[in-house]
Amino acid sequence: MLERAEIIRKEYLRHDKKFPHVWCPGCGNGIVMGALLRGIHGLQLSKDDIVLTSGIGCSGRMPTYIDFNTIHTTHGRALTFSTGIKLAKPELTVIAVMGDGDATAIGGNHFIHAARRNINLTAIIINNSTYGMTGGQYSPTTPFGSKSTTSVYGHVEHAFSIAELAVTAGASFVARGTVYHAVHLEEIIQQAIMTRGFSVVEVISNCHVQHGRRNKLGGAVEMITSYKENAVMIGKAAKMSPEELEGKFTIGILANVKKPVSSEQYQRVIAEARQNAEKIASEKETNGVKRYEE
Amino acid sequence: MVIVEQQKRVLLQGNEAIVAGALAAGCRFFAGYPITPASEISELLSVKLPELGGTFIQMEDEIASMGAVIGASLAGTKSMTATSGPGFSLMQENIGYACVAEVPCVIVNVMRGGPSTGLPTSPSQGDVQMARWGTHGDHPIIVLAVSSVSDCFSVTIKAFNLSEKYRTPVIILSDEVVAHTREAVALPDAEQIRLIDRIKPDVPPEWYTPYADNNRGVPDMAALGDGYRHHITGLIHDDRGYPTQNSQEVEKFHKRIHGKISKGFQEIMVTKAHLMEDAEIFVIAYGSVARSALKAVRDARAEGIKAGLLQLITLFPFPRKSVDTYLRQCRVVIVPEMNMGQMSREISRINQANCRIVKHNRIDGHLINPEEILRHLTTV
Amino acid sequence: MKSDERYEIRFSGSGGQGIITAAVVIADAVGSFDNRYVCQTQSYGPEARGGKSKAEVVISNSPIDYPKALGVDLLLAMTQTACDAYFFDIKPEGLLVVDSGLVPQLPTSRAVSIPFTRIAREDIGRELVANMVALGAVGYLCRQVSLESLKQALLSRVPKGTEQMNSEALQAGIEEAKKIDLDSLPRSVLSDWDDEL
Repeated sequence: MLERAEIIRKEYLRHDKKFPHVWCPGCGNGIVMGALLRGIHGLQLSKDDIVLTSGIGCSGRMPTYIDFNTIHTTHGRALTFSTGIKLAKPELTVIAVMGDGDATAIGGNHFIHAARRNINLTAIIINNSTYGMTGGQYSPTTPFGSKSTTSVYGHVEHAFSIAELAVTAGASFVARGTVYHAVHLEEIIQQAIMTRGFSVVEVISNCHVQHGRRNKLGGAVEMITSYKENAVMIGKAAKMSPEELEGKFTIGILANVKKPVSSEQYQRVIAEARQNAEKIASEKETNGVKRYEE
Repeated sequence: MVIVEQQKRVLLQGNEAIVAGALAAGCRFFAGYPITPASEISELLSVKLPELGGTFIQMEDEIASMGAVIGASLAGTKSMTATSGPGFSLMQENIGYACVAEVPCVIVNVMRGGPSTGLPTSPSQGDVQMARWGTHGDHPIIVLAVSSVSDCFSVTIKAFNLSEKYRTPVIILSDEVVAHTREAVALPDAEQIRLIDRIKPDVPPEWYTPYADNNRGVPDMAALGDGYRHHITGLIHDDRGYPTQNSQEVEKFHKRIHGKISKGFQEIMVTKAHLMEDAEIFVIAYGSVARSALKAVRDARAEGIKAGLLQLITLFPFPRKSVDTYLRQCRVVIVPEMNMGQMSREISRINQANCRIVKHNRIDGHLINPEEILRHLTTV
Repeated sequence: MKSDERYEIRFSGSGGQGIITAAVVIADAVGSFDNRYVCQTQSYGPEARGGKSKAEVVISNSPIDYPKALGVDLLLAMTQTACDAYFFDIKPEGLLVVDSGLVPQLPTSRAVSIPFTRIAREDIGRELVANMVALGAVGYLCRQVSLESLKQALLSRVPKGTEQMNSEALQAGIEEAKKIDLDSLPRSVLSDWDDEL
């Protein structure tokens, strides 16, 4: 175990970049990054073939530390850059890491359309219920009634369920995990990367500095422990009553469907267009020359 | 002008010629969102790109289109988008990213009346200053204008060449008149067209410093997946591409990205002088208005007035040298524009010879006609 | 024609009548087949059907500067509304050609009235090709394009399977126009003064 950790540290981190990272002590982002790297290490993918993109915010800094082809894009736009990369070079494995505000507020439209389009990309969304980097404002996943720096009287809006949103929008693979369930997280990230089509992993994570502190949820340890207590595997939740599920949330795989992947379907478009163009060219050769010689 | 008499001519619309130019330049990726009067570019590329093994995608909006274009370019593919005013507004965010991360790409803005939804089916030149300053922060950018169908072809090729050579977004400003005018043009064969591609690193990957300065000021650019793993960001970054707040590194970065364009002024700034040799009064015009101006100048010459036209192909960086020469030669300059005077501001800014500047601005959704310009030429 | 002279044709009607297609075909014939300079422009509104539709073709033996019409030599009007709207800048010696069934009120006596739509409907069998009947007449009357080129350009531009019908329509328009004696039309006897005005 320790040996593997050492291999991953050596192999995947950028050592010419001065650490420490920008994340607060106890932040869940490091756990997600660890699970991602262990997952990729397990899949034995070449570092040259992996593109890791991100948006803006705490999660957006993750690619800086990792030795892949890394792109820190604009706020909310990681999936748009990823779409261009994947279509231009389909052989690359493209993974986008985003935050909840990044993916579902400013990038919400890109997120649902990437899911609808079903391009072969992986989206990892770290959901910590707040905009941490900018100082703890309310995000699309801040719970009703919660306090934030922009809802000091208690939040009056309702939260998105990101994974459910992805299922409805048409993603091929959707799973939810938490930073407590690190091994499970590694597995679902692996499965997401291996899935052909658009795959989404929502990770429930802690921002004890901004969100936890203002809502009396305790420090990193208390918040992460609460995921252990409140997360219920989907299969088990199906057998539980609404009363039993009060205050809980589900984790596990919400969707895993096989359907045509647009980035692959486009190869058919190219083949058909080429065939058509050749046909027109040969027709021109027989009719066209005469036309212009007249 | 690419019209070659001997060659077979084809009737093309301005928008179609932009497509022909882009494909000839090696563009193999397009992402866009439907908008009048630029939609023909999308429609035609959706047919033509896959024929050449390239990719067309219609995104959910223009923000996404610009993001996808940058992504594809980073993957090593020459990429383009096309839009009009409202979409151009949305693209500004990622155009800034392309400036900072130095991603070659071409953005066509077929100008229509603005602001806001404005006049969707009418021509305008209202986006000139926006093309220069649309995205936030000091940034270098290249803006070219087209006035005819043959321009649409050749300027688009030039746009790709400059974009690749200087690793910068290049904006092509067209307008509704140019976009939808059909003319018979003879397009040169592929082997006659000089193309420029970005320079790739030739050092081993471990020696590669993605944003290191060199004598061109333009770092070598590795494509994603080519083994040169590096970091790309919209944050101000050091030579290795990593975010920095070190004041020396920040200043060095800004000076380099501005400097690389200054180094290329000679080839970037293009103007066309018509009947300027002995001109005493001249018109500065660009886009479709340049055609009205040429007619007016010819008519003025017929009346014995020594008039000339300086047509701007490059709008930014502002072709100061050539404009300055003629401001010193002539006593009056007429500046007709389909806006409230966006380019005449630039001319005033550099007018050290105290040439009299007469603005002529039309913003009613119609092309300025030759008579309006002739009236100035005969009365001032 | 002197080298820098322009000949300008304006096609007008309502959206869906194929006004722009007609203009594109003649522009193609002049530019790609006859190898002369040509510029075709159009103005349009948000409607795909209905509304006013206008397309202009400028023809010259030298490169064309201003792309739009400055003084129209031939105006085709396929509706009364278009005729009323676009007659204003026709030259004194310019010719007005209208669809007699759709333009009952002529603003000038120097006009040619031909029932394009009726010919398309009754002789060709499809009202849709009235634009090509009109194009045939315009092509003949303007004397700026080789009729052979016009036929070739039309064949290269119309949808597959409709070549026969469109060619017949074009020919019907040409034949109809041949019956017209342009020299017998009223002239602008005050044209010198008109120029002054």
